[in-house]
Amino acid sequence: MSQLLTVAKPRRNTELLLLILALSLATMANALVNLNLGRTFDNDFYTQIAILAVLSIGFHIALRIKAKYADPVILPVVVALNGIGLAVIHRLDITSGDTAGQRQWMWTSLAVVAAIAVIWFLRDHRILRRYTYISLLASVVLLVLPLVPGISAGNVNGATVWIAIGPFTFQPGEIAKITLAIFFAGYLSSNRDLILLAGKKIGKLQLPRARDLAPMIVAWLASVGVLVFQRDLGSSILFFGLFMVMIYVATSRISWILIGLALIAVGGVAAYQIFPHVTRRIDVWVNALDPEYIGAAGGSFQVVEGLFGLANGGLIGTGFGQGSPDTVPLANSDMIIASIGEELGLVGLFAVLSLYTLFISRGFRAALGTRDAFGKLLAVGLSFAVALQCFIIIGGVTRLIPLTGLTTPFLAAGGSSLLANWIIVALILKISDAARRPIDVSNTPEPSASGPQEHDTKLEVTKP
Amino acid sequence: MNDLSLVVTIMRFGFLVLMWIMVFAVVAAMRRDLVIGRKAKVGAPTARQARKHPELVQDSPPAKIQARQLVVTEGPLAGTTLELDGTPILLGRAQEATLVLEDDYASGRHARLFPQGTRWFIEDLGSTNGTYLGGTALTRALPVELGVPVRIGKTVIELRP
Repeated sequence: MSQLLTVAKPRRNTELLLLILALSLATMANALVNLNLGRTFDNDFYTQIAILAVLSIGFHIALRIKAKYADPVILPVVVALNGIGLAVIHRLDITSGDTAGQRQWMWTSLAVVAAIAVIWFLRDHRILRRYTYISLLASVVLLVLPLVPGISAGNVNGATVWIAIGPFTFQPGEIAKITLAIFFAGYLSSNRDLILLAGKKIGKLQLPRARDLAPMIVAWLASVGVLVFQRDLGSSILFFGLFMVMIYVATSRISWILIGLALIAVGGVAAYQIFPHVTRRIDVWVNALDPEYIGAAGGSFQVVEGLFGLANGGLIGTGFGQGSPDTVPLANSDMIIASIGEELGLVGLFAVLSLYTLFISRGFRAALGTRDAFGKLLAVGLSFAVALQCFIIIGGVTRLIPLTGLTTPFLAAGGSSLLANWIIVALILKISDAARRPIDVSNTPEPSASGPQEHDTKLEVTKP
Repeated sequence: MNDLSLVVTIMRFGFLVLMWIMVFAVVAAMRRDLVIGRKAKVGAPTARQARKHPELVQDSPPAKIQARQLVVTEGPLAGTTLELDGTPILLGRAQEATLVLEDDYASGRHARLFPQGTRWFIEDLGSTNGTYLGGTALTRALPVELGVPVRIGKTVIELRP
């Protein structure tokens, strides 16, 4: 019995067209770098472009087979961002003699393959709901790993967030972003009713019960822990913001946001008073243009150079290879936005920001469209994590907020971040596939066939 | 050399233009589903759709389905409305339900509401507490008229034009 009255459009051909556009953008960026820096078009150029094309077309084919109704614009947007990032990193390599570009190509390949694997082997995003508490455990392990002697890479650029296994270094916190989102989504979609039901009302504001506050306190303590032991302000804000937004979306109570902001204020003031590295960060941010701070070790040299770079770029930029973004420390990772702003100008930088906005809005759209609470929360959480990460790092580079070391998603050099963000892309695509797939209840599996309902029977009461 | 620098300059601006072409192409591609909550247009399939999906023609949509929305009048979700777009609706507490009832007295897969001809029918899917149409428990699928309350656990829904 077919109950489908409309043909839901897979729109994979639209995706292919946009993908070709994205790939030509990446090719052109790389070609410009080579032209402007007097490099010949050697084999490297062609192999690299071919690798990117093969990877993204491969992803596209995987979507055609396994997630036919997935959102058509997410993949091209991400490929475009990744391609621009690769070109900028390559350009900085040429000036500095680094090999970050090679590593970035390797990690891009690995990340895309991992994302294809997620699309291929994850039948339904709702399966992840069974691993709610395993995800919590995994997050804790991932966050503690950089502190374990032996595999810890120690203090790198002021933060203890890296592990080193043999020649490879990895930032487990990036993956923890995903596992935490899975945990929050699973926990909140199961306990939403409990959290929503009770609570005192003060005016229009409904306050949660004290015991429902417990998870928020735990999230807050975990964020403070990251700040104290790993000295990573960015991740700390990211994890807490993720929880705050997900609980707000789950309950639509403004009181959670207010309580969360109050906790941030308390934590922030306390951290500023107690920890010298936080005090230093804030001082450097406030007095960035003071010569005393520019010259000091761990001072504002980096952010000020970035600002000069952005100013030098002006409206349309100096053109690839024509500026000097390499004078900024960490130009290819933390400060990549300053490099892009210098060489592509305000026009190019805003195109990049538009691409981010489009990606994030598609993530939210998938959340609106999907019909299960877990999928909604997961899509919101993952897209918001990307959004908040963009805000923290781009805000830091432009001195809107204190600069903290987070990677710019898809653009910045850094393998762990690429891997994590590509997996996020795969998960959002999977959820959008569920959201856009036509509803067909005529042959849904029996209730016992799938896992998420095991608590349903328990709560069933015989007579109202 | 001058030729090359001209090419480079053109490419430099061309790249910025191409970036924005990319942005606008993406916006154009997604403009058609910017409408939230409406899954897709309901209507007679076009010739091309009919050729590709023959099942649409045999099971062609009714000319006019009277009920246009489902309204929850009582229970935890009171006030919720759902646009009816001609596709069947699964009611229950399971996450895969079309309308996920946050109701402790509803079963996981409680009842199904589906269009046939010009009317909507409700069918109980073997729920623990039963489905009541205007006060009587359902034993088989029955048509739901506009404004007749359907009780599922503590939730009451009705169809509105």
